[in-house]
Amino acid sequence: MSALLKVEKMTHYFGGLRAVHNYSLNIEPQQITGLIGPNGAGKTTIFNLITGVYTPTEGTILLEGNNIKGLETNEIAAKGLGRTFQNLALWRHMNVLDHIKMAHYSQLSYGLIGAFFNTPKCQNQERQIEENSQRLLELFDIGQHADQMVTNLPYGAQRRVEMARAMATNPKILFLDEPTAGMTPDELVQMIKIIRQVHEEFKVAIFLIEHRMKFVMELCQHIQTLVFGEIIAQGPPEEIQNNPEVIEAYLGKEDLT
Amino acid sequence: MEFVRKFKNSFSNVPMLGWFLGILCAVLIEYYFGYDYISYYLGLPKIPVLFGALIVLKNPIMIPGVIGYDLIVYVIPILLVAKVSTFFTNPLAAAMEKMPLWLSALIHLILFYGILHLWAGINDYRVMVVKLTLISIILTVSINVINGYQGEFSCSHPGFMAIGAYVSSILTLLFFVNDKTFGEPILSASLGPWLFPIALLAGGLAASLGSLLVAIPSFRTRGDYLAIISLAFMFIVKSAVENIQFIGGARGMGGQPDYAPLPIIFIWTMLCIWIIHNFVTSIMGKALNAVRDDEAASESMTVKTRKTKMTAFMFGAFWAGIAGGLFAHVLAYINPGMFSINRLAEILAMVYFGGLNSIIGSIVGAVSINVLGEALRPLELFKWIIIPLILIFVMIFRPYGLISFKEINAKRLLRAKHKREQGA
Repeated sequence: MSALLKVEKMTHYFGGLRAVHNYSLNIEPQQITGLIGPNGAGKTTIFNLITGVYTPTEGTILLEGNNIKGLETNEIAAKGLGRTFQNLALWRHMNVLDHIKMAHYSQLSYGLIGAFFNTPKCQNQERQIEENSQRLLELFDIGQHADQMVTNLPYGAQRRVEMARAMATNPKILFLDEPTAGMTPDELVQMIKIIRQVHEEFKVAIFLIEHRMKFVMELCQHIQTLVFGEIIAQGPPEEIQNNPEVIEAYLGKEDLT
Repeated sequence: MEFVRKFKNSFSNVPMLGWFLGILCAVLIEYYFGYDYISYYLGLPKIPVLFGALIVLKNPIMIPGVIGYDLIVYVIPILLVAKVSTFFTNPLAAAMEKMPLWLSALIHLILFYGILHLWAGINDYRVMVVKLTLISIILTVSINVINGYQGEFSCSHPGFMAIGAYVSSILTLLFFVNDKTFGEPILSASLGPWLFPIALLAGGLAASLGSLLVAIPSFRTRGDYLAIISLAFMFIVKSAVENIQFIGGARGMGGQPDYAPLPIIFIWTMLCIWIIHNFVTSIMGKALNAVRDDEAASESMTVKTRKTKMTAFMFGAFWAGIAGGLFAHVLAYINPGMFSINRLAEILAMVYFGGLNSIIGSIVGAVSINVLGEALRPLELFKWIIIPLILIFVMIFRPYGLISFKEINAKRLLRAKHKREQGA
């Protein structure tokens, strides 16, 4: 079985700075992969390279066997890479329901003329998208906030809006950039539950960046450790947890875990 | 405040139809009795054109007369008729709720136009003010697409307007008028009014093509830098027109046939509001907001940001071009100086005063700045102190404008109203 996402020998320079070196990744369908590493290791850069925000200097990126390197971010997203952001990237002046509806953009087929004259085709499609969005909101337990502005929601709910929005793009792989940053332990437990639920219901593969070991160890089937743009170790959680190099580079002393 | 609240509350059960009926009565009173009786006995020289503002500012002795006139002709009949007629306007509105929304909206619009026509028909000055106000509404709503919904700071609207004005003028002069530059008309002049929409559309399309010059830089830059680029575009258009002697250069271009009477302009304005409203409430149009609020997030959510930006600019410019074409045919004369920094200031004042990201706000802004501008005309220089001061105060108390981030809800506007429960 071929990999869903395959990244080979990806290297990227910012001017003279080598941010990522010889990075490779294989994600099988429905696999949860974690990417860990100290601050500044290049984790978010790797996300941005794969999702097309930057184009890597060298290397290949294949999604289901097709090259996606060099495509625009929105094209890559429409092909099935959904993502969330490290610092919430929600739209300030939109309500929750509109967020989810917006993420259906690539599925619109009524065109500008349809939008200008509010044709029956446009009305039907918008109605379907609205129903689908309501369903997603219920699934993420934010249905009661549908008409509220996102800026008025508590932090945990905003995170869930972002997840729901990413799922609305109908992704095959979901990229989560520090989904639990700034969360309380209670919210963390809830987040684990939500990610599990998403994983089971939508049958998506998940690729996540995370700092909290408890979270990564509990969720991921495969973990990569990145230091200064290079992978120093990868494998199943137990192996990474006990790998001396990882402990030295990332976890520091053993008793900190 | 208690009084105001009670007063508002007692009129909360008047539906839109009731207000229309009230205003219709007021207009009829003015039409039949305004000059011969009411203004004569109140000692006014003629019917006050803009609710007496002009007369009062010229001659303060007239203040009591004008107040009396406004009360007798407008305030009392409108309030009285609106309130008394609720016993049949409410059931009527309820019956119209059962119709498809577009039909009931159309009926309301036709009624509204009838009233407006009667009111404006009293004298030519009013007709002119109403025409220019409607054109300003098109301009303001369309610049709101770029500056409000899309969140760029574009200063090129007068430029788009100039392109539309010149292109449609050239077409009508070429085809339907015996003009000294363009010679004999190519088509019969009687076809003119019917083919005029095509000339307007051509003007609009030319403007939207021109807008690409601003839209493409907007892919890479925004904020102050784009504002400067768009300002440059406006000056490019102005100096280009000034230097083309063929279309009159700085002397301007006149003799456009009168193809833009009040009903035509009204129809174009309503069409503009309807289409822009449809667009900005659709998901495709809300992409404008998404790109404004967070471009990176929009890209990741599959939104085509470049296409969205181009659409916003071309669409806004298209309507500015239409407005320019109408403007040229209302005044029957245009020159490049009309589409310069003064016009820009006026358009920006209207859109920021009325409210960003809201069509109803734009309409309010366009109407209030236009009417204020006309009403304060006798103050001459002081007009340009008072209007900016009002603008400053609006910005202090409502930074996004009077009515921002609100859309028209036609259904709620037109429905039958029942008295609000106490305390509800």
